[in-house]
Amino acid sequence: MTASRVETATAHTLSLRVDEWNGHLPGQHIDVRLTAPDGYQAVRSYSLAAPALDGVIEITVQRLPGGEVSGFLTDTAMVGDQFEIRGPLGNWFVWDQDDPSPVLLVAGGSGVVPLMSMIRARDRADIQTPLHLIHSVRTPQDRIYGDELTRLAARAGGPSVTWLYTRTAPPTETRPPGRLRRDDLDDGSTWTSGATPICFVCGPTGFVEEAANHLLASGHPADRIRTERFGGR
Amino acid sequence: MVHVTRGFTGRHPATDDRLPPGQYLTDDFPVLSAGPTPAIRRDEWTFSVRDGDQALRSWTWDEFTALATEDITVDIHCVTRWSRLDTTWRGVAIDDLLADVDTAAEYVLARSYGGYTTNLPLEDLLDGKAWIAYEHDGEDLPPEHGGPARLLVPHLYFWKSAKWIKSLDLVDDDDPGFWETLGYHDYGDPWREQRYQGD
Amino acid sequence: MSEHRDGNALAGPLAEIFTVEATTAQVRCRACGLSTMLAQLVVYGPEPGLVARCPGCTEHVIRVATTPAGTWLDLGGATSFHFTSTATRAISP
Repeated sequence: MTASRVETATAHTLSLRVDEWNGHLPGQHIDVRLTAPDGYQAVRSYSLAAPALDGVIEITVQRLPGGEVSGFLTDTAMVGDQFEIRGPLGNWFVWDQDDPSPVLLVAGGSGVVPLMSMIRARDRADIQTPLHLIHSVRTPQDRIYGDELTRLAARAGGPSVTWLYTRTAPPTETRPPGRLRRDDLDDGSTWTSGATPICFVCGPTGFVEEAANHLLASGHPADRIRTERFGGR
Repeated sequence: MVHVTRGFTGRHPATDDRLPPGQYLTDDFPVLSAGPTPAIRRDEWTFSVRDGDQALRSWTWDEFTALATEDITVDIHCVTRWSRLDTTWRGVAIDDLLADVDTAAEYVLARSYGGYTTNLPLEDLLDGKAWIAYEHDGEDLPPEHGGPARLLVPHLYFWKSAKWIKSLDLVDDDDPGFWETLGYHDYGDPWREQRYQGD
Repeated sequence: MSEHRDGNALAGPLAEIFTVEATTAQVRCRACGLSTMLAQLVVYGPEPGLVARCPGCTEHVIRVATTPAGTWLDLGGATSFHFTSTATRAISP
């Protein structure tokens, strides 16, 4: 581990230098395995947050209540520590940079991590494919990557970004706080220029199923919706 | 090649002499799911003791809850290493359910609503060692913990205490159940740490 | 962690066994015949084991458990796996 960066009160980004890392696709994840002195092992999956840079990969870890692995990675792990990882993993929840289709990204909470990997890949490769991120968070303080996304969105050719607040919204927000609704995803915008977008939805299981159902109800074809669920809230 | 992670202690095994080796104490009641929680209406619930295709005894919910109950206070031990002490249950002793059953079978395959199965020696269900429980902590057993009713065999790892119990099938052979076919031990004694096949 | 996840979570455990990326394989459920992307199976676990169920009928299609003695794999709930040419693309780009 070469660095640990605080993203929000409960999320940290860890930078890991990996021997012989041959790159990965945006959306892929790694499995991290921790071993206690008594031999007890715990394995958890974490999405890669960015394209690799000089053999260094990044994961963003949300600390879960009672999470033995997430708590260790956010609170105990120090620069210089070594972890066993396996990856890159998964070829389904990945964005193909050569696909010219517009990209609709829908994230619940830390489900934004693999989607950020897509946004950063698009930015680094200077790709102009239209891309729209809808990120549902509890409060403005829970916006992982908030500053970077704001900066990217302000740039010509950058992604468009919408935050939805489920509990507390900033004073300038006109949408009342609340859980995801169909019209949050069906905004009738023209950012797609009429093309059928490829949709990536990631978040807690309940959120992903609601969002996918809203997308289907709004007319998105099932084979253009890719989902990744990471379990409980 | 195993790399011990600096600073990672995992779950802290306690030294309480009521805890089997490798277990840690918890006050909450973790829910481990291998599938969706079945929605079982009490007016459609039945429980039976079976021999092959034949139901030797069968009870509806009203019939079952009219049987004599016992109040049970026991320690429970999950193969995923958590243990809870002094958990309280109300249910019917398997001894009572098998009282009129004459069988030469030596094993039982417990079958659940939702398809779960687990195998046990018949003698481990007798002599006051096992129950069909339908209350926990003075309340109806919640669905996520196996309600309407679950098998309770506290002297074995808790995967043997099948949730959503539907029948006990008396069988001649110790054919492995859901977890036992996937590497878990056929008997599962926590004090001998029989977690996996070969332990 | 009681709530289910999906077949994306099987990528790591199956990468230990298969030489090709498995989550983009089409898998057919033995119980109901539904064919689905392995990544879209409904997955429970990780403890005591990973149980991947059919999104149509909820029967288990794949089960994987890791014990100190190794990995246990049950593919009996599937009739077939179809590894398409895009699925056999190298795991690392």
